[in-house]
Amino acid sequence: MSPAKSARRQWLGLLLGSGVLASLASFLYPVLKFVLPPPTGELDADTVVAARADELGLNAAKIFRFGNRPGLLVRLPDGSYRAFAATCTHLNCTVQYRAREHDIWCACHNGVYDLHGRNVSGPPPRPLEHFEVRARGEEIVVTRASRA
Amino acid sequence: MRFVLAVATLGLAAVSLRGQAPQSAPAADSCRTCHAIFEDRLGQAVRESSEDVHWLRGLSCVACHGGDPAEEEAEKAMDPRKGYIGVPRRAEIPRLCARCHSDAAFVRGYNPSLRTDQLAQYRTSVHGQRLAQGDTRAAVCTDCHGIHNIRPAASPVSRVHPLRIPETCAACHSDAERMKGYKIPTAQLDEYRASVHFQALEGGDLSAPTCATCHGNHGAAPPGVASVERVCGTCHVFQEQLFDQSPHKGPWQVMGLAPCLACHSNHRIEATSDALLGAGEASLCARCHSEGDNGWKESLDMHARLSQLQAQLGQAEAVLRKAERAGMEVGEGFLTATNAREQLIKGRVEVHAFNAGRVGKVVDDGAKLAAQAQEAGEEALRELGVRRKGLGLSLIAIGVVVLALWLLIRELEGSRARPPETR
Amino acid sequence: MPRVFAQIRRWYDERFGDELLAFLRKKQVPRHRHSVWYYLGGMTLFLFLLQVATGILLLLYYRPSPGEAFESVQFIMTKVRFGWLIRGIHAWAGNLLIFTAMLHMFSTFFLKAYRKPRELTWVSGCLLFVLFLGFGFSGYLLPWNELAFFATKVGTEMMAVVPLIGKWLVVVFRGGEEVTGATLTRFFGFHVAILPLLTTLLLTVHLYLVQYFGMSVPPGIERAYRGSPQPLPAHPFFPNFLLRDLMGWYLALGVLAALAALDPWELGVKADAFAPTPAGIRPEWYFLFLFQTLKLLPAKLLWIEGEQFGVLLSGAAALFWVLVPFLDREPEGRTGRLFTALGATVVVYIIGMTLWGWRG
Repeated sequence: MSPAKSARRQWLGLLLGSGVLASLASFLYPVLKFVLPPPTGELDADTVVAARADELGLNAAKIFRFGNRPGLLVRLPDGSYRAFAATCTHLNCTVQYRAREHDIWCACHNGVYDLHGRNVSGPPPRPLEHFEVRARGEEIVVTRASRA
Repeated sequence: MRFVLAVATLGLAAVSLRGQAPQSAPAADSCRTCHAIFEDRLGQAVRESSEDVHWLRGLSCVACHGGDPAEEEAEKAMDPRKGYIGVPRRAEIPRLCARCHSDAAFVRGYNPSLRTDQLAQYRTSVHGQRLAQGDTRAAVCTDCHGIHNIRPAASPVSRVHPLRIPETCAACHSDAERMKGYKIPTAQLDEYRASVHFQALEGGDLSAPTCATCHGNHGAAPPGVASVERVCGTCHVFQEQLFDQSPHKGPWQVMGLAPCLACHSNHRIEATSDALLGAGEASLCARCHSEGDNGWKESLDMHARLSQLQAQLGQAEAVLRKAERAGMEVGEGFLTATNAREQLIKGRVEVHAFNAGRVGKVVDDGAKLAAQAQEAGEEALRELGVRRKGLGLSLIAIGVVVLALWLLIRELEGSRARPPETR
Repeated sequence: MPRVFAQIRRWYDERFGDELLAFLRKKQVPRHRHSVWYYLGGMTLFLFLLQVATGILLLLYYRPSPGEAFESVQFIMTKVRFGWLIRGIHAWAGNLLIFTAMLHMFSTFFLKAYRKPRELTWVSGCLLFVLFLGFGFSGYLLPWNELAFFATKVGTEMMAVVPLIGKWLVVVFRGGEEVTGATLTRFFGFHVAILPLLTTLLLTVHLYLVQYFGMSVPPGIERAYRGSPQPLPAHPFFPNFLLRDLMGWYLALGVLAALAALDPWELGVKADAFAPTPAGIRPEWYFLFLFQTLKLLPAKLLWIEGEQFGVLLSGAAALFWVLVPFLDREPEGRTGRLFTALGATVVVYIIGMTLWGWRG
């Protein structure tokens, strides 16, 4: 083989080798990253950790994120929890818990819901969607009721 | 004389019926047995009453009409001495019904939660007052509730069920012939049907306002100009409070302008929009305010601020949607946008203080949130750009390999890379 | 070549000798005017293997229940790192696979590769094509979105008109009377277990037969070289043909990555069994020609219902297609020309109906 030819062969081998390595890296990198579970871990849509067990005092509430929507976690004076979709059924404002009145209130048009999410006063036409709440170790877990 | 007898027999019948325990539909009843034979008007009551709430509770014909249901012969059964009163006169009907319905002890035996103040309320109503003055065309109990086919108000078949109240009132109030001489308009039902309240009612919200909600049912009367605000404000609390603090309250009272109604109308309450402010065609402010005066300026200002927030929101949501369609995760951004939208809604309520500064404060909070939402969307789109760069790099690597392979093939086969010619 | 490669080579040779991959090393691939079509089989195989790989990766996150399927795909698209890429490639490659398989099938048809002795290669290939369509149909439902739900409803509804076993077919495919979560579970089973198993078996047979009989040469070219002293030009499978194969596969990967990044596959909206059927429901493009044909049939033909006629006709046509090697008695003569014309008609029909179904 002439020196020119062998040089060309070597150069070609280098090109092919580095190309293959680079392309394999560009395939393997996403695959390896894919296999590593993402930080949030849990599926967003049906279940979410709403709070830690010691986060809420009695007769208090917090807004938590449930997928794309806000949720309301209420801790009753007896220590139990209730959770609802925090989207008012009137015009979608975010509702809030009123500790003094022990009810759920929408500041936009003065809609009032009771602690079962039932619309009791004002414009809201339907009750708030309610969720299941369970304690799992140190976490308060809220689950959306599943559809068929 | 006959009048005295009638009253006496009514009284006797009342005494005889007190304290009766509820039963199922009565058994042998000569009234029904005879009248059922008639196919005309005389048999109508029998045909209509099979589901009547009184009949089902064991209160048969004699409960209202008197007489003796055990007697088979017509004259003996329909005997005024046994309390028979025939067809009650219209003017007598309220008292006839109230005989039982105002008797708390009696009603308790049938339905402990029924009210017993209907007659008292009725007497305060326009209907009751006109009846007392001798106008027998005024509505009495049976005009709304029906006569022999009365159902509980909660039953969807009842004429006083919320869904049916508008047509029940309209039976008289939309009848131009009937209303002649009363100086009351007759377009209320049509106007109500164009309103958001009617839409809410038809949409299944039985708590939505019907005629009785604002006018009262037994105490039916139009709310006076000064008290209209209180009627609307029973549900629309914030708007009433804001109005009371606003510069409109005093002057309107002086001018005799009804709050709420002057802008929103009484029956034809249509959906609101930002176009009701400002200087456009639909502007309500422009009805009284003229260009250049303070009210005009406030109106333009409020309109501008609300429109601006709406535009900002629209923009932010468009960016977020674009990012979402491209497969990016923008849940947090949408949440922020929802909160921003809430401020827009609150701003529209704040309008009723008729103070652009107050509206501005609410809107400013919304504007900040809208800006955040937009930034979230734009960041997601930037991330998309990163993906494209990554793609570009991998395509370069692939391109290099393809090129190298091609060169290798040429190298291995010399320049005879093309297939030989074949016939 | 670096020394370490030579060392590995020697280690291998000392144990396996030349036997194992000898046939591949000796294999020759003819080169002629139409030999470019030879690449399609390998491309189909490559895309299938790609689907298996990306499918297995997706299996790490996908959840086959109606309450979680849509959300898990959404999770893959938005939360899992490079999930959009893996899912995008899987969705696009699925379509590309069926397209390539069609090209492969029609090219072997027109080049008459099905002639003796390769009849069984053709039959196994047709069955493989049906399996790929099954992959497409079952996989389409798995994201549990609105379009897929209703497309599946319409598609499985068609089975009811098959005579005798129609009702049974519908219930077996749907896992019940209606399309429900049971259908999803079942389709998932088809897609990741039953169909892969059947495909592996059939593919083994198909590939073995291809190796056993070697590459088919079109009749005209074979005839041209029959009496000639010169052999038909050919080049070794390894490395020449394989290198070209690799080029094609790399290009395909590039195209798929670009599609996944620049034109992401829509996720759509979650299925709701009680929502009314949205307007314009139609199956995936590879079923469109069948769908459009059914739409054209009148409500009744003689005594048979239009739909039933359509399904029976399609079944008969498919059977005919599979049996072509046994029906085309003179591939190089009269019947050969007849079948070529028939094939051309079929291609035009499919393309036409697909376009019509797409536009209309």
